[in-house]
Amino acid sequence: MRLPYYPGCTLKTTAQNFEESALASARALGVELVELPRWNCCGTVHALAKDDVMHYLAPIRNLIRVEEMAESGLVDEKRVVTLCAMCYNTLKRANAVVKEDQEKMQKVREIMERENPYGGSVQVVHLLQVLRDLDWSKVADRVERPLKGLRVAPYYGCLLLRPRGFGIDDVDNPQVMERLLEALGAEVVNIPFKTKCCGAYHTVQMKEVVAELSHRILDQASSAGADMVATACPLCEYNLGPRQEEVKKLFRGFAPLPVVYFTQLMALAFGLEEATGFEQNDPDPRPALRARGLLKEES
Amino acid sequence: MDDEVEMVTIYVMGKRHRVPAGLTIMKAMEYAGHQFRRGAGCRGGFCGACATIYRTKGSYKLQGALACQKIVEDGMYIAQIPFSPAEKKTYNIEELRPDAGVFLEYYPEIARCLSCNTCTKACPQDIMVMDYVQAALRGDVEEAAKLSFDCIGCGLCAVRCPAEIVPYNIGQLARRLYSRHIVGPTEHVLKRVREIEEGRFDEEIEELKTLDREALQERYETRERRL
Amino acid sequence: MSPEPSRLALRFKPENASFKAKVAELSGEEIDLCFQCGACSSGCPLTAEMDLLPSKVIRYVQLGEEAVLESKTIWVCSTCFNCEVRCPRGIDIANVMEALRQLMLRKKYDRVSLDALEPEELRGLPQIAIISNLRKLTA
Repeated sequence: MRLPYYPGCTLKTTAQNFEESALASARALGVELVELPRWNCCGTVHALAKDDVMHYLAPIRNLIRVEEMAESGLVDEKRVVTLCAMCYNTLKRANAVVKEDQEKMQKVREIMERENPYGGSVQVVHLLQVLRDLDWSKVADRVERPLKGLRVAPYYGCLLLRPRGFGIDDVDNPQVMERLLEALGAEVVNIPFKTKCCGAYHTVQMKEVVAELSHRILDQASSAGADMVATACPLCEYNLGPRQEEVKKLFRGFAPLPVVYFTQLMALAFGLEEATGFEQNDPDPRPALRARGLLKEES
Repeated sequence: MDDEVEMVTIYVMGKRHRVPAGLTIMKAMEYAGHQFRRGAGCRGGFCGACATIYRTKGSYKLQGALACQKIVEDGMYIAQIPFSPAEKKTYNIEELRPDAGVFLEYYPEIARCLSCNTCTKACPQDIMVMDYVQAALRGDVEEAAKLSFDCIGCGLCAVRCPAEIVPYNIGQLARRLYSRHIVGPTEHVLKRVREIEEGRFDEEIEELKTLDREALQERYETRERRL
Repeated sequence: MSPEPSRLALRFKPENASFKAKVAELSGEEIDLCFQCGACSSGCPLTAEMDLLPSKVIRYVQLGEEAVLESKTIWVCSTCFNCEVRCPRGIDIANVMEALRQLMLRKKYDRVSLDALEPEELRGLPQIAIISNLRKLTA
């Protein structure tokens, strides 16, 4: 199955490990994620103001690319897969608005001018949804090295689940990442703050606020006995992971907790260690993984 | 009459002129009596000095072009724009690494790109401007360098960008990073520099210095040429 | 002037109707549905940094009080939509926050400046952070 894949800017830089592990593990399940040959930044956030047209150009342009891709036979479906939760939300919401609001769609078409008009035929999904549709038993069957003994706390953040109607799972108690982790053989640590905001874009100019919010989430995960946290968004990963430097400044005695992408754990469990990309994670998750005997010993 | 030249009406800075059809905007303006003290350079579509905004008759659109390349049309409404006073950041190319972080450090405004394509529409060189800015944003220096190759820095994109980005600065940085850090120094240039430093050409140069103009002329005309 | 509830006499004045209407139109939300239950405020993760609670912001808008545009709250909101999910009347409070921000931003007001960003930070931050920050907080 070949599906169109929309990376988003960050997956090409600070979240390369997310992309690498995702492409490899999806391939191992028979899902070929084919990158859009030409794409642009989606805008990261949905344009909430009702009169906005300008901010629809970026996401809709990408959806036109998906239609063009399907036209040229590069993919089997017009279901575009995203890895980044923010891209997922932005593309999905813009898609929903223009499909319903003909006037907006028309304005977008006119301003774009040089593009084929968007036909409204694309569906936006997140990789977790694709995995769920495949069935967890298929995921479990592919596991070569079960993540036995590894205690992982899934963290969803905001835009994968909210607002109502756009989430990939139940808003209050999502379970999709839990099911995935179970299929991989890991032990799930369920924390109530798994859907609580990490501070998002405030990491740029109010990083103490992010440190405060991240600390709450990480502390809860640690107290519940988690070895690491699994996320599905490069901004969450940054706020919970590398920003632990800021957390340390505010909270003396804070012990670092590794943060990984769910796809990195998938790649590890599938025996695709070369594609896990753990070197890019900060803090380094490898000591914790090594301690559980989950990494091949480096020669 | 056989030799009657077709004339068209154009408006320059609001003033009406009758000029021969088939002239470029620049030639037409000079025909009308304007003297270019600035806003003209190579006259060959390469230097970017003659950025011009114009409107064709009956159209609401304000479009950009190079005055030395664009042929006038009847009813064209023209205004020359001076260079756009864009800020070019100071950097030492030797110290930079080719990645997305470099662009965000010096030109953080590229994060505001709306992917609206206004820059591409404004470009007189048919460059995919939005695409190269986007390539820079995701750290694809090679793509940004290659796509912006034909850029002459005319500034029309910068003047129109709603996010206040100056795309040509981005393209320039991308090309510099690409050639310095990705392609690297070219072997044949380095080889020749080494040969010069080793003195391989010293004798020949000393000899040439002793020759008079006629002898030099003869040497020049009978030089070996490889085509 | 920081809008402090105890100092401000909140009275609905007919001339304030246009502000409320503007916010309603821009956000697409029915502001009058709010009955001040406070569920949004209790679920908001950023109230510690705010001067007005989210439910108070809605109250100000209901009364057409433009002083709400001077609050810190609207800029602290991280658009996490926790409020939207909790509201028993189906109001998207995050939408209202965005509308209030837009009313300020569209007057060429930048909440943050690009110049305030440190070069080392710009080099290391993921693009997603810078892009979303500038989208939310600059004109």
